[in-house]
Amino acid sequence: MVMPNEIAFYLIAAFTVAFAVAAMTLRRLVHCALCAAAAFAGLAMIYLKLDAEFVGFAQLLVYVGAIAILIVFAVLLTRGDEVRPGHSQSSPSWMAGVAVAVLVLAGMAMALLLSPSLQRPAPSAAVAPVKKIGEELMTRYVLPLEMVGVLLTGALLGAVVIAMREESEVKRPARWPAPRRAEPGEAINLR
Amino acid sequence: MNTPLTHYLILSALLFSIGFAGAVARRSAILVLIGIELMLNAANLNFIAFWRYGPHTEALTGVMFVLFSIAIAAAEAAVGLALVIAIYRQRKTAQVDCLDALKG
Amino acid sequence: MEHVVQYLWLIPALPLVMAGWGALLKRDRRRLAASLAIGGVALSWLLSCVAFLASLSAHPFRETWSFRWFEIAETPVPLGWVLDPLTAVMLMMVAFLSLLIFIYSLGYMARDDNFTRFFCFMSLFAAAMLGLVIANSLLLLFICWELVGLCSYLLIGFWFEKPAAAAAAKKAFIVTRIGDIGLLLGMLWLYSRSGTLLFYDHGHGCLEQSSLARLVAGTTVGGMAVSTAISLLIFAGAVGKSGQMPLHVWLPDAMEGPTPVSALIHAATMVAAGVFLVARMFPLMSAGPHPGALQVITWVGAVTAVFAAAIAVAQNDIKRIIAYSTISQLGYMMMGLGVGGVAVGMFHLITHAFFKSLLFLGAGSVIHGSQGERDIRKMGGLKKLMPWTFATYAAGMMALCGVPLFFSGFWSKDDILRAAWNWPVSAIPFCLGAAGMFLTAFYMTRQVSWVFFGKPADSRAPAHESPAVMTIPLAILAVFAVLGGFLGTPAWPWFQSFLNGEKTPFTPAALVAGPQLDLLLLSTLVVGAAFFLGWRIYSKAALQSPREKDPLEKSLPALFWLLQNKFFIDEIYAATVIRLNTAFSSFADWMDRVIWGGAVSAVSALTFVCARINRAFDELGINAGFDFGCDELRGAGGFLSWMQNGRVQHYLRIAGLGLSLLLLALIWGCA
Repeated sequence: MVMPNEIAFYLIAAFTVAFAVAAMTLRRLVHCALCAAAAFAGLAMIYLKLDAEFVGFAQLLVYVGAIAILIVFAVLLTRGDEVRPGHSQSSPSWMAGVAVAVLVLAGMAMALLLSPSLQRPAPSAAVAPVKKIGEELMTRYVLPLEMVGVLLTGALLGAVVIAMREESEVKRPARWPAPRRAEPGEAINLR
Repeated sequence: MNTPLTHYLILSALLFSIGFAGAVARRSAILVLIGIELMLNAANLNFIAFWRYGPHTEALTGVMFVLFSIAIAAAEAAVGLALVIAIYRQRKTAQVDCLDALKG
Repeated sequence: MEHVVQYLWLIPALPLVMAGWGALLKRDRRRLAASLAIGGVALSWLLSCVAFLASLSAHPFRETWSFRWFEIAETPVPLGWVLDPLTAVMLMMVAFLSLLIFIYSLGYMARDDNFTRFFCFMSLFAAAMLGLVIANSLLLLFICWELVGLCSYLLIGFWFEKPAAAAAAKKAFIVTRIGDIGLLLGMLWLYSRSGTLLFYDHGHGCLEQSSLARLVAGTTVGGMAVSTAISLLIFAGAVGKSGQMPLHVWLPDAMEGPTPVSALIHAATMVAAGVFLVARMFPLMSAGPHPGALQVITWVGAVTAVFAAAIAVAQNDIKRIIAYSTISQLGYMMMGLGVGGVAVGMFHLITHAFFKSLLFLGAGSVIHGSQGERDIRKMGGLKKLMPWTFATYAAGMMALCGVPLFFSGFWSKDDILRAAWNWPVSAIPFCLGAAGMFLTAFYMTRQVSWVFFGKPADSRAPAHESPAVMTIPLAILAVFAVLGGFLGTPAWPWFQSFLNGEKTPFTPAALVAGPQLDLLLLSTLVVGAAFFLGWRIYSKAALQSPREKDPLEKSLPALFWLLQNKFFIDEIYAATVIRLNTAFSSFADWMDRVIWGGAVSAVSALTFVCARINRAFDELGINAGFDFGCDELRGAGGFLSWMQNGRVQHYLRIAGLGLSLLLLALIWGCA
């Protein structure tokens, strides 16, 4: 007898998986980015179902709201969206990669299904109040919190520095060869 | 009453492998990054599932972990995409199979 | 003068040292070389006189002195010297004759370029001969025996640029070597049976009673006593060295050497070494109830005596006649040893040494005076031109023929004939001896009448007398040729008694005792008949030219032809023994080249093949294997480097693969 909880779960799971697959297989990168965002949203819904409300909303805020947008910006900045005819988006040996992924899935599935300790009954309702999360962050996890702050600062600065357009790139010295789009598989010389 | 734990875990594994497949089968660097984000998310799902179905949910261990994971994933995505942009600027391509200067 | 025997070694050592010194001299130091040689042998003679006087002190006298030369596995090998009457007389004779002949050589070899070398070799010979005489050990005797043979080779081939001389030296050495094999075998057998090679060793020597008894008792092949067999083997050595039949062929050819060499070596000393050896080993030869060796010696000697004398009748070279005469007289000596004992044989040896060397030196004087002419048919009338030579030569000739009463040869031959007459075994040696006497007188008459009588040969330069340095030794020898005989007459046989170790009785009556008188008359008759016949045939019909035939040839052509060609003995040897030897040596050469050489080549080929296999294995097996391994490694590296293609996705795939494998392993591990 299928319970309503289960139906909800299957629906959300299907939604998430479908968008994840789409994110990985579509041709145009922008579509991929948006599908990824949808997958993130699906995951957020699963978090809500698992009584981790704060995490779910954090997921929506960060992943969907920031990271997905960031990805879109990167796609636009690298003109990855342009579709060139005759130029495949998948690597020539994509089947080998997929096979490895299938192998990984098989391994994990086998482990999960064969493990007896995972057959545990559903526990009582869990609560994760925001107040409690805040208290934990300030007392027990204060050091990781500060570290993450430092990390985020560093990442921000780093990203800015890395992506910054340098002065030497503006003027093009004559002795440097004209940059050209490299063919796939062609070795790029650092000069 | 609830879905069994294994369902969540299967879902997580599925998402993980989908992300992995994308990361190793597509040419664009940005898609690789998207795949990595998916893998991270699958891991987060695993944590939350185990927290929910674990004995001491009041310790909020899983939740804390996932929060930090999200934060770090954000930082990593930012830096990664900045790198992709920088590489694009240098070599006019974001295809990972053109970036084999470390060949050998 | 006690224990003179200890210092006896000085007698041969002095000439040896002089020879060594002389060998180092340069060719132009002629006076020094001659002085060394003559000085050395003169000192030896003086010491020999001392030794002789010492040996007179007791009857019988024998002193020995030995020392250990070396040891082989606890067995000592001793050498030593002995001083007894035999040694004493030989020492005196050898040293004195060497001295005289050395002085003679000063004159004879004066114009030769190799003067220095000559005296060095002669000193060496004198040393070896003196060493042979004093030896108390058969080993030392053998060593000196071989040394004497070596010196003979060196001196016969002194003018080695002449092919005839080189061939003669080789022939002498090889033929005497054949005899020496017998001597060596006898020596080894004697050593094995008696355990010692010392002659006299206070009762333990091999010529002393205990050893002789053992040797006589043992029997060997053919029922012969061991002592007889050993004696025959040792006699074989004497046959070679003393030129008895059938090993006489080297002596006439040895006349290619200078005349002093012929005089010293091939008349007086070296060829007498064989006789001396038999005399020294006489206790062994005469041991036992039936000494068969002595019979063999007698027969060999008797046959040789007549045989050589017959050949001498038809020869034309002055030195060859004397050489054949020497062979004949050596036969007499052997006969004397066989029938009469040591004293009889040795007496003839001593007298023969003096008159034969006199004859040789005289012949040398004739050759020197005739500017090198040696054919008696081309000589003549030298009586007036070389009076001294003629007088001394005549004395020597009469001694050789055995002219009665006043010449030494008569008394020594008389002893031999008397002993042969009394020989119990047979009377044939006596007849042969008498026949030999006739022939000796005959050919000597022929020689003397053709050389000294008649008309002088008309040649470019007339003959002249030799210088005093040559004629004075001739005169001294002539005196001895006459007076020497008086030491051994039956009236006062001092020589024989001395050798036998007895006191000498003085019995004048023995001179005309029954058998002695008969013998005296017989000898006189034989010699007189020979002189008469020879004079009749050869002096009247003096040859008008050398190309005329010999009178004997005219009357008995076949016999003369046989005699002149020496009974073709040399040719027989060449056809049989030498041909056999040549065939065998060709065979040995073939064996060496094909069989042994082939074996060596096979071994080397085998080594080569092994080396080839080794190299192939090394190249194909090891190198190729190694190269193959390295190539495979490089391929593997190449393969592995494909994995490092610099692409991140590729690395990620591999990480995923690893992860799944790890999961698999963990699942299986925990399941």
